[in-house]
Amino acid sequence: MKVVVPVESKSLETPVCPSFGRTPLFVLFDTENKKHEFLNNEAAASQGGAGIKAAQTLVDSGAAALITYRCGENAAQVLNAANIKMYKAQDGTAGENISKFIDGKLSLLTETHPGFHNHGGAKG
Amino acid sequence: MKIAVLSGKGGTGKTFISTNLACIADKATYVDCDVEEPNGHLFLKPEITKRIPISVLVPHVDESRCTACRKCVDFCKYNVLALAGDKLMIFYEICHSCGGCTLFCPQKALTEKEREVGVIEEGVSENVAVLTGLLNTGEVSGVPIIKHLMEKMPKHETVVIDCPPGSACVVMESIREADFCILVAEPTSFGVHNLTMIYELVTLFNIPFGVVINKVLPGENPAQKFCAEHKINILTQIPFDEELGRLNSKGHIVVDESKKYRKLFQELLKTVEGEVAK
Repeated sequence: MKVVVPVESKSLETPVCPSFGRTPLFVLFDTENKKHEFLNNEAAASQGGAGIKAAQTLVDSGAAALITYRCGENAAQVLNAANIKMYKAQDGTAGENISKFIDGKLSLLTETHPGFHNHGGAKG
Repeated sequence: MKIAVLSGKGGTGKTFISTNLACIADKATYVDCDVEEPNGHLFLKPEITKRIPISVLVPHVDESRCTACRKCVDFCKYNVLALAGDKLMIFYEICHSCGGCTLFCPQKALTEKEREVGVIEEGVSENVAVLTGLLNTGEVSGVPIIKHLMEKMPKHETVVIDCPPGSACVVMESIREADFCILVAEPTSFGVHNLTMIYELVTLFNIPFGVVINKVLPGENPAQKFCAEHKINILTQIPFDEELGRLNSKGHIVVDESKKYRKLFQELLKTVEGEVAK
């Protein structure tokens, strides 16, 4: 299966990006062959609806799981519709979080926030 | 004559000035564009004569026709649409009603439907006609309601537009039709910061304007200094007065209760009329 983590630069050694919708990159890790690739998050520069667009990128990538600190309600709806499971990230690098995920040490992310609509710089 | 009353932040006295200005005129229309928190009605206490629901157009999908081609998803710059498998998801609340997705849909699976975002209340309070915009809780933008308020304003009458605070889209929409803007500011450094924002806005819109400094105390007055430096006309200064606080807290219209302030607002209206006639 494929698991996705938001990251700020093209390395497994970087911390998990605190933002899901506006992270610059995602790392897509394949737990079967242990290979990974990086996906650009085109939603990062969106005026609005970044979470929805970022979730679309994940759906299109064929990922089955996401490791993130937080996720907005709209993005969560898209991920749920595509049966992508959300796991709560822990302090540490993307690589460490992926290892914990494989070992079954991450818990499901059950809380979503209502989003930062119009409070993150974009204006209606 | 349309007068817009605006300020860089909330609590400077926009509603205080707007309602009293409308009441001092022989006949006027008061328009509350602060649709997230309209409170002019608390002072004017209008008798509501009409409630008009305000809707915007959003896409609606006929799932039997949708082939999940994702043309709409790729088109929408506001990311209103998403495709999970073959299920099209629509996030209405961030839609800007451009209608583009319905035009691009090759299967004609998308049509536009109305979605209510708030209401406009029409009412009467003695010599003042009252138009109040009310945005439903949780909605992102008050712009559609303000656009409808602008269309409802009488053409040849004194109109006082009570704007939302700040200088964002909703304020721009509220001052678009104005012949004159009254910028309400507090006499502090913080007040100057907020005044600067709306000063830049009205300058950009090229609308004649003047400043009212509210809650003035003896001593330093940075807002007055700012106006002098930028050659901005100060229409009047209103003192930080316990009497005003008391009347306001009871929901009274000050010009009905105090001769002193009746005179102040009469003079303010006259000054504004003079500026507009220039």
